[in-house]
Amino acid sequence: MAVGKITFTKTEREKLAEVLWLLNWISVVTGAILFGLGLFLKIEIQKWQEVMSEQGILYVPHMLITTGLAACGINYLGSKICLDCADTNKFLRWKLVMMPYIVCTFFFTACVLVGALMCYSIRSQLEEALYLGLRNTMRFYKDTDTPGRCYLKKTLDLLQIQFQCCGNTDYRDWFQIQWISSRYLDMTNSAVVDRVRSNVEGKYLMDSVPFSCCSTLSSRPCIQHNLSNPGAHAHYDERSQQLNLWRRGCQQALLDHYTGIMQSIGLTVLLIWLFELLVLTGVRYLQTAMENVIRLGDPESESEGWILENSLAETACYNFSIIKSLGKCYQVDDDPNINVPTAAANQEVPSAQVQVNVTS
Amino acid sequence: MPFLSQKFNLQKRVKLAQGLWMLYWLAVIVGIILFSLGIFFKIELRKRSEIMDNNESHLVPNLLILVGMLSCGLNAFGGKLCHDSLDPQKFSKMKPMLRPYMLLCCGFNALLLLLVLLSFLMQFAVYLTLAEGLKNAIRFYKDTDTPGRCFMKRTLDMTQIEFRCCGNNNFRDWFEVQWISNRYLDMSNDVVKDRVLSNVEGKYLMDSVPFSCCNPGSPRPCIQHHLTNNSAHYDYDHRTEELNIWNRGCRQAVFSYYSGIMNSIGALLIFTIILE
Repeated sequence: MAVGKITFTKTEREKLAEVLWLLNWISVVTGAILFGLGLFLKIEIQKWQEVMSEQGILYVPHMLITTGLAACGINYLGSKICLDCADTNKFLRWKLVMMPYIVCTFFFTACVLVGALMCYSIRSQLEEALYLGLRNTMRFYKDTDTPGRCYLKKTLDLLQIQFQCCGNTDYRDWFQIQWISSRYLDMTNSAVVDRVRSNVEGKYLMDSVPFSCCSTLSSRPCIQHNLSNPGAHAHYDERSQQLNLWRRGCQQALLDHYTGIMQSIGLTVLLIWLFELLVLTGVRYLQTAMENVIRLGDPESESEGWILENSLAETACYNFSIIKSLGKCYQVDDDPNINVPTAAANQEVPSAQVQVNVTS
Repeated sequence: MPFLSQKFNLQKRVKLAQGLWMLYWLAVIVGIILFSLGIFFKIELRKRSEIMDNNESHLVPNLLILVGMLSCGLNAFGGKLCHDSLDPQKFSKMKPMLRPYMLLCCGFNALLLLLVLLSFLMQFAVYLTLAEGLKNAIRFYKDTDTPGRCFMKRTLDMTQIEFRCCGNNNFRDWFEVQWISNRYLDMSNDVVKDRVLSNVEGKYLMDSVPFSCCNPGSPRPCIQHHLTNNSAHYDYDHRTEELNIWNRGCRQAVFSYYSGIMNSIGALLIFTIILE
């Protein structure tokens, strides 16, 4: 019982081939779009890679880039095949290639789906990477003289200004690290020395934040220091406190930014996957229709096309048995040419005495 | 005596008409580019009209939009003319329109030339409006409670961050203006009172700048206050410190941005004149 059987006349076959040729060319364009999307995502991640702890998330754009390039190649080949399929003679050239081509395209389409799903599932990994990365960047904020870390201050300042965020989860994260380098601290000043000594690890901690945390929306000049003591500033009421600094944490800001990008990319890739599936189905129908035409012998006649020759269960069993028998190349159970003594044959059947007339 | 006369046989005439038809369509595309450039310039001027005292002249972008549309229309008509000139019947219909069309094109070229001159000369006007506008913007920075000026602080902060500049000519402009509103000054504090009284106009002046003047590329955390007092900060010399705050004045920074746009508009217009 074939799955999805449709009968095709000769004109219908030719039309199908033409339409598939066009669709394959459109797929080449969508493959290029996929490649472009992967490239765009890679650039966006690399822009802020200094505040992300591991580069594990780069596998998503790499996957999209390779799938995009594969799409261009596979669909270009597909368009060539479909163009030739309209004519029975030219189809014979491609007959042997068609089945492997369809299997390849099927796995490739599955890769596209995996790529789309990865875009949605990466959020938790991104969250972890951003949390650790931002924590380290804030810790190394003051190390502008250490090679390899000298640009972290500039990066973090620009990040906080551009994304309108402060600290990792909150502006209070800045209170727990020393973000002013000891090079700029006057160690002869008793106030400074007291503060350093009062801390277990000898760090100079303050309830202040860097200037990049300042909100441009505030109606008063920015208050950066003595933040936990509102009474130290004139008329520093609740409303002023709300508007003074950026309230959002940079982890949340970056997460929202990247999740937005990934969701739109994921949606586009899903649409491209549906389109590829459509093209694959069309090519499969064309292949089976052409093969049936050749089997029937008459190029002008109608032929049937299907997705699977037998039902899904039977095809699955058949394929499993093929895979099982691949491992059995040295087992000779089924070979009729070799005499394997069975239990019945082990009973000695007295051979008929052949009377040999010995003529004397 | 004809001026610059040339002999054309049929072959050459056909080639000339085809070549002209292509050039006319190229000119239509250039017209579309001019139109979109005019809109872009107008939007840019509108975006920053607050620091230009809402006084900026929109003459150049308006003319540019007009020129873009005219160019599209005239050149599309010219293309059609070239296309029809190969057919003697259609050409005889078009013949009476040819002379007025040529005169119109000459007028259009004169307009383009005028626009080129304007786009180079109006830069002076932009410079002057910027100077005046920035001076007022700095003065009204603290007036976030006055209607009509309440967004001046936000605009000026964002301009200083975006264009990486500080003050009008340089950061010292902030020393001459009271940029902290009296609402946020503790008038019962003696230090504050002394400072206000020591000034003739009763303004609270400091040698400090707002946070938007800070340079993120500085290796040390930003020093905003007591900028001219070396002893107020450890290991700080205000005469040699270059990276702490932006050194450029906003007038220079914003002006070079706009003059860049206007120069490219002028160059494109010169190319269009040559094409026409």
